[in-house]
Amino acid sequence: MLQGTHTPGVLRKVFGGTHRNLKRGSMSGKPKLTYFNGRGRMESIRWLLAAAGVEFEEDFLETREQYLKLIQDGHLLFDQVPLVEIDGMKMVQTKAILSYIAGKHNLYGKGLKERAFIDTYVEGTTDLMQMILTLPFSPPEAKKKNLPLIIEKAKNRYFPAYEKALKQHGQGFLVGNQLSWADVHLLEAILMVEEKEPTVLSEFPLLQGFKTRISNMPTIKKFLQPGSQRKPQPDDKYVATVMKILKEG
Amino acid sequence: MPKVCCCLSSSQAIRSSLMAGKPKLYYFNGRGRMESVRWLLAAAGIEFVEEFLETREQYEKLLQDGALLFQQVPMVEIDGMKMVQTRAILGYIAAKHNLYGKNLKERALIDMYVEGTRDLMDLIRVHHKFSPEEQEKNLALINERATARYFPVYEKVLKDHGTEFLVGNQLTWADVQLIEAILMVEEKVSTILSKFPLLQDFKTRICNIPTIKKFLQPGSQRKPPPDESYVVTANRVFNRK
Repeated sequence: MLQGTHTPGVLRKVFGGTHRNLKRGSMSGKPKLTYFNGRGRMESIRWLLAAAGVEFEEDFLETREQYLKLIQDGHLLFDQVPLVEIDGMKMVQTKAILSYIAGKHNLYGKGLKERAFIDTYVEGTTDLMQMILTLPFSPPEAKKKNLPLIIEKAKNRYFPAYEKALKQHGQGFLVGNQLSWADVHLLEAILMVEEKEPTVLSEFPLLQGFKTRISNMPTIKKFLQPGSQRKPQPDDKYVATVMKILKEG
Repeated sequence: MPKVCCCLSSSQAIRSSLMAGKPKLYYFNGRGRMESVRWLLAAAGIEFVEEFLETREQYEKLLQDGALLFQQVPMVEIDGMKMVQTRAILGYIAAKHNLYGKNLKERALIDMYVEGTRDLMDLIRVHHKFSPEEQEKNLALINERATARYFPVYEKVLKDHGTEFLVGNQLTWADVQLIEAILMVEEKVSTILSKFPLLQDFKTRICNIPTIKKFLQPGSQRKPPPDESYVVTANRVFNRK
Protein backbone atom coordinates (compact mmCIF):
# COMPACT_ATOMS: atom_id res chain seq x y z
CA MET A 1 0.00 0.00 0.00
CA LEU A 2 2.82 2.43 0.75
CA GLN A 3 4.49 4.08 -2.19
CA GLY A 4 8.08 3.24 -3.04
CA THR A 5 10.87 5.25 -1.55
CA HIS A 6 11.68 7.15 -4.72
CA THR A 7 8.80 9.55 -5.11
CA PRO A 8 8.04 11.65 -2.05
CA GLY A 9 4.39 10.71 -1.74
CA VAL A 10 1.95 12.37 0.55
CA LEU A 11 1.26 9.10 2.33
CA ARG A 12 4.94 8.95 3.05
CA LYS A 13 4.60 12.43 4.55
CA VAL A 14 1.93 11.03 6.82
CA PHE A 15 2.94 7.41 7.34
CA GLY A 16 6.73 7.59 7.05
CA GLY A 17 7.87 4.25 5.80
CA THR A 18 11.39 4.92 4.62
CA HIS A 19 14.52 4.35 6.58
CA ARG A 20 15.23 8.07 6.59
CA ASN A 21 11.82 8.87 7.99
CA LEU A 22 11.95 6.17 10.61
CA LYS A 23 15.25 7.54 11.84
CA ARG A 24 13.52 10.88 12.35
CA GLY A 25 10.72 9.39 14.36
CA SER A 26 10.93 8.48 17.99
CA MET A 27 12.97 5.38 18.72
CA SER A 28 11.20 4.88 22.02
CA GLY A 29 7.73 4.59 20.53
CA LYS A 30 6.61 7.66 22.41
CA PRO A 31 4.79 10.37 20.49
CA LYS A 32 7.21 13.05 19.32
CA LEU A 33 6.13 16.65 19.22
CA THR A 34 7.81 19.16 16.92
CA TYR A 35 7.09 22.81 17.69
CA PHE A 36 8.54 25.96 19.14
CA ASN A 37 9.64 25.85 22.76
CA GLY A 38 6.45 27.43 24.03
CA ARG A 39 2.71 26.99 24.27
CA GLY A 40 1.14 28.07 21.01
CA ARG A 41 -1.05 25.51 19.32
CA MET A 42 0.89 22.58 20.71
CA GLU A 43 0.03 23.22 24.34
CA SER A 44 -3.41 21.60 24.15
CA ILE A 45 -1.73 18.49 22.79
CA ARG A 46 0.75 18.43 25.67
CA TRP A 47 -2.16 18.76 28.08
CA LEU A 48 -4.14 15.93 26.51
CA LEU A 49 -1.21 13.51 26.33
CA ALA A 50 -0.31 14.34 29.91
CA ALA A 51 -3.89 13.86 31.09
CA ALA A 52 -3.97 10.50 29.32
CA GLY A 53 -0.75 9.54 31.12
CA VAL A 54 1.14 9.24 27.84
CA GLU A 55 4.82 10.14 27.91
CA PHE A 56 6.07 12.14 24.96
CA GLU A 57 9.24 13.61 23.51
CA GLU A 58 9.76 17.06 22.09
CA ASP A 59 11.88 18.49 19.30
CA PHE A 60 12.03 22.28 19.54
CA LEU A 61 12.21 24.50 16.47
CA GLU A 62 14.87 27.11 17.08
CA THR A 63 15.98 28.17 13.63
CA ARG A 64 14.39 28.83 10.27
CA GLU A 65 16.77 26.28 8.78
CA GLN A 66 15.29 23.51 10.92
CA TYR A 67 11.82 24.49 9.77
CA LEU A 68 12.76 24.65 6.11
CA LYS A 69 14.46 21.28 6.38
CA LEU A 70 11.28 19.75 7.80
CA ILE A 71 9.43 21.08 4.78
CA GLN A 72 12.08 19.95 2.28
CA ASP A 73 12.14 16.48 3.79
CA GLY A 74 8.40 16.27 3.31
CA HIS A 75 7.47 15.94 6.97
CA LEU A 76 4.83 18.68 7.07
CA LEU A 77 1.69 17.92 5.10
CA PHE A 78 0.68 21.57 4.80
CA ASP A 79 4.09 23.07 5.59
CA GLN A 80 2.92 23.84 9.11
CA VAL A 81 3.55 22.83 12.69
CA PRO A 82 2.37 21.44 15.10
CA LEU A 83 3.70 18.10 13.94
CA VAL A 84 3.17 15.01 16.07
CA GLU A 85 4.73 11.73 15.10
CA ILE A 86 2.52 9.08 16.61
CA ASP A 87 1.75 5.46 15.78
CA GLY A 88 3.69 5.61 12.52
CA MET A 89 1.91 8.76 11.35
CA LYS A 90 3.21 12.28 10.92
CA MET A 91 0.12 14.12 12.05
CA VAL A 92 -0.49 17.80 11.50
CA GLN A 93 -3.50 20.05 12.22
CA THR A 94 -4.03 20.47 15.91
CA LYS A 95 -7.69 19.43 15.93
CA ALA A 96 -6.92 16.22 14.03
CA ILE A 97 -4.10 15.35 16.42
CA LEU A 98 -6.21 16.02 19.51
CA SER A 99 -9.11 13.95 18.15
CA TYR A 100 -6.81 11.04 17.46
CA ILE A 101 -5.31 11.12 20.94
CA ALA A 102 -8.74 11.46 22.53
CA GLY A 103 -10.13 8.60 20.47
CA LYS A 104 -7.19 6.37 21.23
CA HIS A 105 -7.11 7.01 24.97
CA ASN A 106 -10.78 6.77 25.84
CA LEU A 107 -11.24 10.52 26.24
CA TYR A 108 -13.84 10.94 23.51
CA GLY A 109 -16.97 9.74 25.27
CA LYS A 110 -19.12 6.76 24.55
CA GLY A 111 -21.13 7.04 21.40
CA LEU A 112 -21.98 9.60 18.79
CA LYS A 113 -23.88 12.00 21.00
CA GLU A 114 -21.22 12.21 23.68
CA ARG A 115 -18.68 12.87 20.92
CA ALA A 116 -20.93 15.62 19.60
CA PHE A 117 -21.05 17.29 23.00
CA ILE A 118 -17.31 16.97 23.46
CA ASP A 119 -16.66 18.39 19.99
CA THR A 120 -18.94 21.33 20.70
CA TYR A 121 -17.35 22.08 24.04
CA VAL A 122 -13.77 21.90 22.74
CA GLU A 123 -14.66 24.20 19.87
CA GLY A 124 -15.79 26.78 22.41
CA THR A 125 -12.66 26.49 24.53
CA THR A 126 -10.56 26.55 21.34
CA ASP A 127 -12.17 29.83 20.30
CA LEU A 128 -11.45 31.29 23.73
CA MET A 129 -7.86 30.07 23.94
CA GLN A 130 -7.19 31.09 20.35
CA MET A 131 -7.86 34.70 21.33
CA ILE A 132 -5.22 34.47 24.03
CA LEU A 133 -2.63 32.62 22.03
CA THR A 134 -2.68 35.14 19.20
CA LEU A 135 -2.53 38.11 21.57
CA PRO A 136 1.29 38.26 21.89
CA PHE A 137 1.55 38.49 18.10
CA SER A 138 -0.64 41.55 17.76
CA PRO A 139 0.62 45.13 17.89
CA PRO A 140 0.75 46.80 21.35
CA GLU A 141 -2.38 48.96 20.87
CA ALA A 142 -4.37 45.94 19.74
CA LYS A 143 -3.13 43.97 22.75
CA LYS A 144 -4.36 46.64 25.17
CA LYS A 145 -7.72 46.75 23.46
CA ASN A 146 -8.19 43.03 23.02
CA LEU A 147 -7.33 41.73 26.46
CA PRO A 148 -10.41 43.26 28.16
CA LEU A 149 -12.55 41.95 25.28
CA ILE A 150 -11.21 38.46 25.83
CA ILE A 151 -11.97 38.63 29.56
CA GLU A 152 -15.43 39.91 28.75
CA LYS A 153 -16.06 37.02 26.36
CA ALA A 154 -14.79 34.56 28.96
CA LYS A 155 -17.17 35.96 31.59
CA ASN A 156 -20.22 36.55 29.40
CA ARG A 157 -20.08 33.94 26.69
CA TYR A 158 -17.91 30.95 27.49
CA PHE A 159 -17.78 30.40 31.23
CA PRO A 160 -21.55 30.82 31.64
CA ALA A 161 -22.05 28.11 29.01
CA TYR A 162 -19.76 25.66 30.83
CA GLU A 163 -21.15 26.56 34.25
CA LYS A 164 -24.61 25.79 32.92
CA ALA A 165 -23.40 22.59 31.27
CA LEU A 166 -21.96 21.35 34.57
CA LYS A 167 -25.14 22.32 36.40
CA GLN A 168 -27.43 20.56 33.94
CA HIS A 169 -25.27 17.49 33.61
CA GLY A 170 -24.93 17.13 37.35
CA GLN A 171 -21.77 15.06 37.28
CA GLY A 172 -18.18 15.92 37.99
CA PHE A 173 -17.45 16.02 34.28
CA LEU A 174 -18.81 17.90 31.29
CA VAL A 175 -19.84 14.78 29.39
CA GLY A 176 -20.66 11.29 30.56
CA ASN A 177 -19.30 10.17 33.88
CA GLN A 178 -15.59 10.15 33.28
CA LEU A 179 -12.86 12.53 32.23
CA SER A 180 -12.95 13.48 28.57
CA TRP A 181 -11.05 15.74 26.21
CA ALA A 182 -13.65 18.43 26.92
CA ASP A 183 -12.74 18.55 30.61
CA VAL A 184 -9.00 18.72 29.96
CA HIS A 185 -9.47 21.48 27.41
CA LEU A 186 -11.72 23.45 29.74
CA LEU A 187 -9.24 23.27 32.59
CA GLU A 188 -6.50 24.46 30.28
CA ALA A 189 -8.70 27.38 29.20
CA ILE A 190 -9.64 28.30 32.76
CA LEU A 191 -6.02 28.42 33.88
CA MET A 192 -5.04 30.40 30.80
CA VAL A 193 -7.68 33.05 31.42
CA GLU A 194 -6.89 33.16 35.14
CA GLU A 195 -3.31 34.01 34.30
CA LYS A 196 -4.68 37.17 32.70
CA GLU A 197 -7.47 37.83 35.21
CA PRO A 198 -7.15 35.90 38.47
CA THR A 199 -10.72 36.58 39.66
CA VAL A 200 -12.40 35.50 36.45
CA LEU A 201 -14.13 32.51 38.08
CA SER A 202 -15.56 34.53 40.96
CA GLU A 203 -19.14 34.15 39.71
CA PHE A 204 -18.85 30.54 38.63
CA PRO A 205 -18.93 28.27 41.67
CA LEU A 206 -19.31 25.07 39.70
CA LEU A 207 -16.33 25.93 37.54
CA GLN A 208 -14.32 26.63 40.69
CA GLY A 209 -15.19 23.18 41.98
CA PHE A 210 -14.45 21.70 38.58
CA LYS A 211 -11.06 23.38 38.47
CA THR A 212 -10.08 22.00 41.87
CA ARG A 213 -11.31 18.50 41.12
CA ILE A 214 -9.76 18.13 37.69
CA SER A 215 -6.48 19.72 38.80
CA ASN A 216 -6.24 17.05 41.48
CA MET A 217 -6.53 14.12 39.13
CA PRO A 218 -3.14 12.40 39.37
CA THR A 219 -1.95 12.75 35.77
CA ILE A 220 -3.07 16.36 35.61
CA LYS A 221 -1.68 17.20 39.02
CA LYS A 222 1.66 15.90 37.82
CA PHE A 223 1.51 18.02 34.67
CA LEU A 224 0.80 21.09 36.79
CA GLN A 225 3.91 20.63 38.86
CA PRO A 226 7.21 22.37 38.11
CA GLY A 227 9.51 20.32 35.92
CA SER A 228 6.72 18.98 33.73
CA GLN A 229 6.54 19.57 30.00
CA ARG A 230 3.92 22.26 30.46
CA LYS A 231 5.18 25.48 28.93
CA PRO A 232 5.18 28.96 30.49
CA GLN A 233 3.34 31.95 29.09
CA PRO A 234 4.86 33.36 25.92
CA ASP A 235 7.43 36.12 26.37
CA ASP A 236 9.02 38.53 23.89
CA LYS A 237 11.81 36.09 23.16
CA TYR A 238 9.29 33.39 22.20
CA VAL A 239 7.41 35.76 19.94
CA ALA A 240 10.62 36.86 18.26
CA THR A 241 11.71 33.25 17.70
CA VAL A 242 8.39 32.27 16.12
CA MET A 243 8.33 35.30 13.83
CA LYS A 244 11.92 34.68 12.77
CA ILE A 245 11.30 31.01 12.01
CA LEU A 246 8.08 31.60 10.12
CA LYS A 247 9.41 34.84 8.59
CA GLU A 248 6.22 36.69 9.38
CA GLY A 249 5.71 40.37 10.15
CA MET B 1 -51.64 -10.87 25.04
CA PRO B 2 -48.50 -9.37 26.51
CA LYS B 3 -48.59 -5.62 26.92
CA VAL B 4 -46.61 -3.97 24.17
CA CYS B 5 -43.53 -2.58 25.78
CA CYS B 6 -43.38 1.05 25.03
CA CYS B 7 -41.17 3.33 27.03
CA LEU B 8 -42.75 6.44 25.58
CA SER B 9 -46.11 7.92 26.42
CA SER B 10 -48.11 8.96 23.39
CA SER B 11 -47.14 12.64 23.62
CA GLN B 12 -43.53 11.66 24.05
CA ALA B 13 -43.86 9.45 21.00
CA ILE B 14 -45.16 12.37 18.97
CA ARG B 15 -42.36 14.61 20.19
CA SER B 16 -39.85 11.89 19.48
CA SER B 17 -41.11 11.46 15.95
CA LEU B 18 -40.80 15.19 15.43
CA MET B 19 -37.31 14.96 16.81
CA ALA B 20 -36.57 12.24 14.29
CA GLY B 21 -37.59 14.66 11.52
CA LYS B 22 -35.37 16.64 9.23
CA PRO B 23 -32.44 18.60 10.56
CA LYS B 24 -33.20 22.31 10.80
CA LEU B 25 -30.50 24.82 9.98
CA TYR B 26 -30.48 28.30 11.52
CA TYR B 27 -28.31 30.79 9.64
CA PHE B 28 -28.32 33.65 7.21
CA ASN B 29 -29.60 33.11 3.72
CA GLY B 30 -26.12 32.68 2.37
CA ARG B 31 -23.05 30.46 2.47
CA GLY B 32 -20.88 31.55 5.38
CA ARG B 33 -20.02 28.83 7.85
CA MET B 34 -23.21 26.89 7.22
CA GLU B 35 -22.45 26.01 3.62
CA SER B 36 -20.20 23.06 4.50
CA VAL B 37 -23.06 21.65 6.58
CA ARG B 38 -25.47 21.96 3.64
CA TRP B 39 -22.94 20.21 1.40
CA LEU B 40 -22.45 17.33 3.81
CA LEU B 41 -26.14 16.77 4.47
CA ALA B 42 -26.83 16.92 0.75
CA ALA B 43 -24.01 14.50 -0.06
CA ALA B 44 -25.39 12.12 2.56
CA GLY B 45 -28.81 12.39 0.92
CA ILE B 46 -30.36 13.96 3.99
CA GLU B 47 -33.18 16.42 3.46
CA PHE B 48 -33.09 19.45 5.69
CA VAL B 49 -35.06 22.60 6.36
CA GLU B 50 -33.73 26.08 6.93
CA GLU B 51 -34.68 29.09 9.00
CA PHE B 52 -33.00 32.21 7.72
CA LEU B 53 -31.93 34.96 10.08
CA GLU B 54 -33.10 38.26 8.70
CA THR B 55 -33.72 40.48 11.70
CA ARG B 56 -32.01 41.25 14.96
CA GLU B 57 -35.21 40.24 16.77
CA GLN B 58 -34.99 36.69 15.45
CA TYR B 59 -31.42 36.43 16.70
CA GLU B 60 -32.29 37.88 20.11
CA LYS B 61 -35.16 35.45 20.47
CA LEU B 62 -32.82 32.55 19.80
CA LEU B 63 -30.49 33.96 22.46
CA GLN B 64 -33.28 34.44 24.98
CA ASP B 65 -34.60 30.93 24.37
CA GLY B 66 -31.15 29.61 25.20
CA ALA B 67 -30.87 27.99 21.81
CA LEU B 68 -27.34 29.17 21.08
CA LEU B 69 -24.77 27.70 23.44
CA PHE B 70 -22.12 30.30 22.67
CA GLN B 71 -24.50 32.96 21.34
CA GLN B 72 -23.49 32.08 17.82
CA VAL B 73 -24.78 30.56 14.63
CA PRO B 74 -24.58 28.15 12.79
CA MET B 75 -27.05 26.20 14.85
CA VAL B 76 -28.53 22.91 13.68
CA GLU B 77 -31.41 21.16 15.38
CA ILE B 78 -30.71 17.51 14.80
CA ASP B 79 -31.71 14.36 16.67
CA GLY B 80 -33.05 16.30 19.63
CA MET B 81 -29.92 18.42 19.99
CA LYS B 82 -29.41 22.09 19.25
CA MET B 83 -25.89 21.79 17.90
CA VAL B 84 -23.55 24.70 17.47
CA GLN B 85 -19.93 24.95 16.29
CA THR B 86 -19.55 24.04 12.67
CA ARG B 87 -16.87 21.44 13.11
CA ALA B 88 -18.86 19.62 15.79
CA ILE B 89 -21.94 19.61 13.59
CA LEU B 90 -20.00 18.30 10.59
CA GLY B 91 -18.30 15.60 12.69
CA TYR B 92 -21.67 14.39 13.96
CA ILE B 93 -23.24 14.25 10.51
CA ALA B 94 -20.18 12.53 9.05
CA ALA B 95 -20.10 9.86 11.75
CA LYS B 96 -23.84 9.30 11.64
CA HIS B 97 -23.94 8.85 7.89
CA ASN B 98 -20.88 6.69 7.40
CA LEU B 99 -18.74 9.46 5.97
CA TYR B 100 -16.02 9.35 8.64
CA GLY B 101 -13.98 6.34 7.60
CA LYS B 102 -13.77 2.93 9.20
CA ASN B 103 -11.33 3.32 12.05
CA LEU B 104 -9.19 5.71 14.05
CA LYS B 105 -6.49 6.08 11.42
CA GLU B 106 -8.92 6.78 8.60
CA ARG B 107 -10.57 9.34 10.87
CA ALA B 108 -7.16 10.90 11.49
CA LEU B 109 -6.55 11.28 7.76
CA ILE B 110 -10.02 12.68 7.19
CA ASP B 111 -9.55 15.12 10.05
CA MET B 112 -6.24 16.34 8.64
CA TYR B 113 -7.63 16.75 5.15
CA VAL B 114 -10.75 18.61 6.23
CA GLU B 115 -8.71 20.96 8.39
CA GLY B 116 -6.64 21.82 5.31
CA THR B 117 -9.63 22.49 3.08
CA ARG B 118 -11.26 24.40 5.90
CA ASP B 119 -8.21 26.69 6.19
CA LEU B 120 -8.36 27.31 2.45
CA MET B 121 -12.09 28.00 2.44
CA ASP B 122 -11.73 30.37 5.38
CA LEU B 123 -9.65 32.66 3.16
CA ILE B 124 -12.53 32.82 0.73
CA ARG B 125 -15.29 32.96 3.29
CA VAL B 126 -14.15 36.37 4.50
CA HIS B 127 -13.14 37.73 1.11
CA HIS B 128 -16.27 39.81 0.57
CA LYS B 129 -15.69 41.70 3.82
CA PHE B 130 -12.52 43.31 2.52
CA SER B 131 -11.99 46.60 0.71
CA PRO B 132 -11.17 46.37 -3.00
CA GLU B 133 -7.41 46.77 -2.37
CA GLU B 134 -7.48 44.14 0.37
CA GLN B 135 -9.47 41.86 -1.89
CA GLU B 136 -6.76 42.06 -4.52
CA LYS B 137 -4.17 40.96 -1.96
CA ASN B 138 -6.44 38.26 -0.63
CA LEU B 139 -7.06 36.92 -4.09
CA ALA B 140 -3.32 36.57 -4.62
CA LEU B 141 -3.07 34.77 -1.28
CA ILE B 142 -5.92 32.41 -2.17
CA ASN B 143 -4.25 31.64 -5.47
CA GLU B 144 -0.89 31.04 -3.83
CA ARG B 145 -2.23 28.87 -1.04
CA ALA B 146 -4.39 26.81 -3.32
CA THR B 147 -1.68 26.15 -5.89
CA ALA B 148 1.36 25.91 -3.63
CA ARG B 149 0.09 24.51 -0.34
CA TYR B 150 -3.25 22.74 -0.53
CA PHE B 151 -4.02 21.40 -3.99
CA PRO B 152 -0.59 19.79 -4.45
CA VAL B 153 -1.26 17.82 -1.29
CA TYR B 154 -4.62 16.52 -2.41
CA GLU B 155 -3.31 15.81 -5.90
CA LYS B 156 -0.59 13.65 -4.32
CA VAL B 157 -3.02 11.94 -1.96
CA LEU B 158 -5.12 10.88 -4.92
CA LYS B 159 -2.01 9.77 -6.76
CA ASP B 160 -0.55 7.78 -3.87
CA HIS B 161 -3.79 6.44 -2.55
CA GLY B 162 -4.87 5.10 -5.89
CA THR B 163 -8.60 4.91 -5.30
CA GLU B 164 -11.25 7.35 -6.38
CA PHE B 165 -11.42 8.89 -2.95
CA LEU B 166 -9.08 10.61 -0.55
CA VAL B 167 -9.47 8.04 2.21
CA GLY B 168 -10.49 4.42 2.10
CA ASN B 169 -12.53 3.27 -0.84
CA GLN B 170 -15.73 5.17 -0.41
CA LEU B 171 -16.91 8.75 -0.22
CA THR B 172 -16.05 10.52 3.03
CA TRP B 173 -16.40 13.97 4.56
CA ALA B 174 -12.90 14.72 3.23
CA ASP B 175 -14.03 14.28 -0.38
CA VAL B 176 -17.14 16.38 0.08
CA GLN B 177 -15.23 19.21 1.68
CA LEU B 178 -12.56 19.05 -1.03
CA ILE B 179 -15.08 19.34 -3.84
CA GLU B 180 -16.68 22.26 -2.05
CA ALA B 181 -13.27 23.94 -1.73
CA ILE B 182 -12.37 23.31 -5.37
CA LEU B 183 -15.58 24.85 -6.66
CA MET B 184 -15.22 27.78 -4.28
CA VAL B 185 -11.69 28.54 -5.43
CA GLU B 186 -12.66 28.11 -9.07
CA GLU B 187 -15.26 30.83 -8.63
CA LYS B 188 -12.38 33.15 -7.80
CA VAL B 189 -9.68 31.72 -10.07
CA SER B 190 -11.27 29.72 -12.86
CA THR B 191 -8.05 28.04 -14.01
CA ILE B 192 -6.93 26.96 -10.57
CA LEU B 193 -6.95 23.25 -11.41
CA SER B 194 -4.95 23.61 -14.61
CA LYS B 195 -1.87 21.93 -13.10
CA PHE B 196 -3.79 19.26 -11.18
CA PRO B 197 -5.07 16.59 -13.55
CA LEU B 198 -6.08 14.17 -10.81
CA LEU B 199 -8.08 16.86 -9.05
CA GLN B 200 -9.81 17.61 -12.34
CA ASP B 201 -10.83 13.96 -12.61
CA PHE B 202 -11.82 13.94 -8.96
CA LYS B 203 -13.99 16.99 -9.52
CA THR B 204 -15.77 15.39 -12.47
CA ARG B 205 -16.29 12.11 -10.65
CA ILE B 206 -17.51 13.55 -7.37
CA CYS B 207 -19.81 16.04 -9.07
CA ASN B 208 -21.48 13.12 -10.80
CA ILE B 209 -22.36 11.29 -7.63
CA PRO B 210 -26.19 11.43 -7.63
CA THR B 211 -26.70 13.25 -4.33
CA ILE B 212 -23.99 15.78 -5.15
CA LYS B 213 -25.14 16.21 -8.73
CA LYS B 214 -28.57 17.04 -7.36
CA PHE B 215 -27.14 19.58 -4.94
CA LEU B 216 -25.28 21.27 -7.80
CA GLN B 217 -28.42 21.79 -9.81
CA PRO B 218 -30.40 25.04 -9.76
CA GLY B 219 -33.17 25.02 -7.20
CA SER B 220 -31.16 23.12 -4.59
CA GLN B 221 -30.37 24.54 -1.17
CA ARG B 222 -26.85 25.41 -2.22
CA LYS B 223 -26.27 29.11 -1.72
CA PRO B 224 -24.65 31.59 -4.13
CA PRO B 225 -21.45 33.50 -3.28
CA PRO B 226 -22.01 36.35 -0.84
CA ASP B 227 -23.22 39.67 -2.20
CA GLU B 228 -23.79 43.12 -0.74
CA SER B 229 -27.22 42.33 0.71
CA TYR B 230 -25.77 39.32 2.56
CA VAL B 231 -23.21 41.55 4.24
CA VAL B 232 -25.86 44.12 5.14
CA THR B 233 -28.13 41.48 6.68
CA ALA B 234 -25.36 39.91 8.75
CA ASN B 235 -24.28 43.30 10.06
CA ARG B 236 -27.83 44.20 10.99
CA VAL B 237 -28.50 40.94 12.80
CA PHE B 238 -25.27 41.21 14.78
CA ASN B 239 -25.53 44.96 15.36
CA ARG B 240 -22.28 45.59 13.57
CA LYS B 241 -21.28 48.82 11.85
